[in-house]
Amino acid sequence: MNKNLGWKLIVIVATLLFFVFGIFGPPDNWSGGPLTALQNRIHLGLDLKGGTHLILQVQVNDAVNVDSDNAVERLKADLRARKINYTEISKPDAANNPDKIVLKGVPPESRSDLLTIVQDRLPEYQLTSGADNTWTVSMKPQALADLKNRAVTQAIETIRNRIDQLGVSEPIIEEHGLGQYQILVQLPGVDDPARVKDIMQSTAMLEIRQSFGGPYPSEQAALQDKGGVLPPDQVLVPGGHSMGSTDGGQTWYLISRASAVTGRDLRTADQSRDENGQPSVSFTLTGEGGRRFASFTGAHVGDNLAVVLDNKVQEVAVIKDQIHDQGVINGRFTEQQAKDLSMTLRSGALPAGIKYLEERTVGPSLGSDSIRAGVTAAVIGMLAVLIFMLVYYHAAGINADIALILNLIILLGFLGFSGATLTLPGIAGVILTVGMGVDSNVLIFERIREELRNGKTPPSAVEQGFGHAWITIVDTHVTTIVSAIILFLFGTGPVKGFAVTLSFGLFANLFTAVFVSRVIFDWLLSRKQRGEALSIG
Amino acid sequence: MEFFRNPNIDFLGKKWYFLAFSLVFSVAGIFSMLFWHGIPYGVDFRGGTLVYVKFAQAPDNNAIRASMDRAGLHNARIQSYGSPGSNEVLIDVSEQETSEQALDRSKTQIINALESNAPADKQDLNNTGFLTIKNYLMQKDPLHLGTDAEQRYTAQAQAIVNYRDKVKDGVLHSLDELKAAADPAVVASLSDGFFLSNFGVRNVEIVGPQVGAQLRKQALLATAYSLAGMLVYLAFRFEWIYGVAAVITVFHDTLITVGAFSLMNKEISLTVIAAILTLIGYSNNDTIVVFDRIRENLKLMRREKLSDIVNRSINQTLSRTILTAGLTFLTVLALYLFGGEVLKGFSLALVIGILIGTYSSIAIAAPILVAYQDWRSGRGKPPVMVPVGKEAIRREKVKAKA
Repeated sequence: MNKNLGWKLIVIVATLLFFVFGIFGPPDNWSGGPLTALQNRIHLGLDLKGGTHLILQVQVNDAVNVDSDNAVERLKADLRARKINYTEISKPDAANNPDKIVLKGVPPESRSDLLTIVQDRLPEYQLTSGADNTWTVSMKPQALADLKNRAVTQAIETIRNRIDQLGVSEPIIEEHGLGQYQILVQLPGVDDPARVKDIMQSTAMLEIRQSFGGPYPSEQAALQDKGGVLPPDQVLVPGGHSMGSTDGGQTWYLISRASAVTGRDLRTADQSRDENGQPSVSFTLTGEGGRRFASFTGAHVGDNLAVVLDNKVQEVAVIKDQIHDQGVINGRFTEQQAKDLSMTLRSGALPAGIKYLEERTVGPSLGSDSIRAGVTAAVIGMLAVLIFMLVYYHAAGINADIALILNLIILLGFLGFSGATLTLPGIAGVILTVGMGVDSNVLIFERIREELRNGKTPPSAVEQGFGHAWITIVDTHVTTIVSAIILFLFGTGPVKGFAVTLSFGLFANLFTAVFVSRVIFDWLLSRKQRGEALSIG
Repeated sequence: MEFFRNPNIDFLGKKWYFLAFSLVFSVAGIFSMLFWHGIPYGVDFRGGTLVYVKFAQAPDNNAIRASMDRAGLHNARIQSYGSPGSNEVLIDVSEQETSEQALDRSKTQIINALESNAPADKQDLNNTGFLTIKNYLMQKDPLHLGTDAEQRYTAQAQAIVNYRDKVKDGVLHSLDELKAAADPAVVASLSDGFFLSNFGVRNVEIVGPQVGAQLRKQALLATAYSLAGMLVYLAFRFEWIYGVAAVITVFHDTLITVGAFSLMNKEISLTVIAAILTLIGYSNNDTIVVFDRIRENLKLMRREKLSDIVNRSINQTLSRTILTAGLTFLTVLALYLFGGEVLKGFSLALVIGILIGTYSSIAIAAPILVAYQDWRSGRGKPPVMVPVGKEAIRREKVKAKA
């Protein structure tokens, strides 16, 4: 029995040392005193240290539209090459079914040719036939889902690149599991999200397209100029910063739907100055992009090209000669704008627009107030429980108090080891662990008292008390932990922190309240004479 | 010390009083949710913009309301917040004015309205982030540093922001105060580009309508999953009727807690839901302890009536039930009193929930078992099958074989 007890004591002391190490870390972390060591080990949530929390949604349909616009262009070129007639090709519902392309008036004898084109040239699309020689080309469901998910992954990558360039420390940028195509962004220490948001949000979608007309003072004027109907492969796009306008009002340009090159073809982008000394952005294209740009400009010498940024025309220029792989964007930028633009172009374009769904900012002064309040409440709650146990259970109360303190050490040590984040509700979870953890001791002690009243000797009362209470303790812990797990799955940020501390605190409680308390009782009993009373209030 | 020595209270005999008590509170809560305050959703669930502002002097809520009106925010709710001397105000703009196209528009409007007499070309240093200050300093270069400017100005900007937020609690009264933290030349240059308003924004929460709806649905689902989880676990550990009784009890607790929030018109935020989910687990603890004892006593006292066994079990565990609930209540009360404004709703839910949960494990859960058995024997079914634990049944079978 005594030998057994010795082993158990060693287990307890080893556990204690292990988790104390978890709290304060290796000795080279101790130089700043225990409080600094603790602060280095335990990660505080945004609600405690201040910062910005954003949830945004990637408008994945943008990415699908880009893909299907290109598919339309490729189809047209191939149909022309194979001399297949058609009356109309269009995307009837770009907003809701962006991948759906409708092809009208293809003669029945061209059916197999059309099928070959779609199979060979557009492997991600499928062809279905409708009435009156109408065909629908749409994306295969798997390809569509892949494209959308890729847009989200790429958006996360891009946003991370941009935020890294801003020098925000320890940002979290990850897919937000609760909604569709949502991204969670947490920026510790940023309490003024406006600028960060501007930089994240600018899709910086650069495209070079052909320009057919403009500037027009209004959309109606553009329509009139083209006889009331726009050609299907052309669109009206507003001019950026009212360019080309005499009175500073909004202007419009008529440009091609498809683009010759896009931001994806960029190799670099840098802040520079144009011939008038104004801030501008110069760029070079990749090999493949350069080839495409050369063939486009070669075929359109004398035509106009438009530099389009985020669906606004920044510049229109005449193509004087074939251009290979370099260009300059002029656009009455300020120094800062030119710098931001070159940075966002470098970090890659967002594949699709983003929309902000949620924004929370915690100022650092509130964060430190919260820490103070949380710690005060924890200390007061803990002291109240410790004192009560001493008064109510006398010597056995010390036993419970030791178990509780050990419980707390294990919980904090776990936070240190796991790198889990401590949030304000997480501190509440620590307090609740104290309150709920002591339940197990009460349960055991009350049972022991009851057994003693029924005339059992102290050793057998302790034996019975722990034996009977054990099953109940497991049941009660399981129900609370089940709740906490659901909370973890459902919650975000602060609430998750609460679920983590509460569940781990209760796991630790199984060890401290049952195993540690038992060892202390056994040790006490082993030192007592036969028949000597047990101090349990 | 001992609070209860061998209590012998006829709990089951008082079941009609208990029923009346629970009905009054549940029905009052339901009525309030349907006809009076409704379910007072917090910003997490209804969407909207909340801006927590701390003023340098005691704020005049009517003046704030007037300036919001002038800015076109006619439905803004202005509410004093925190302890009386803290000069804090919560400005709440509801969902109608928070659209996802311009999520932070209301926030900008609120801050602009509060800064209404600001100099046109200057920024408000009390509401400017670290990055802006750093960029400003890099551009002005008041220390004429040239090459390693970035590092120095980062440190200066950090010191300014820290001093404002940690030492001055978020609101500077005059730029001169900054001389304690930053280089005098830096402070002097700040006055060219910045002014000081009489407030600092401590906390902003903006939730778009889409997230609000999504969170409402998830909160409901999470609650349902929790209840289902309890039902399954207890049915597995005991008999299904125990699971049902426990889940009815916990549902009753949840209903009364949410009802109490509605009656008091306190907002239900995400953390309140977290508290309620915790309570679903925790309220079951007391119920389980009583059920465990009933199961144990059923084996010991085979000849006695179920209602006697239940009464005896409640009394035997009463001391323990009151003690554990009391101790948890003590910690939760500490949280409510000292845990700060941010956790008020959360700890209030726990305070109410623990009281109700303890009451119901005595007054609701066990009587359901007895009522079920009475109902079964009323229909001429054998009563013995009902609340005997699995183990007892197994023993019965072994006996029958022998």
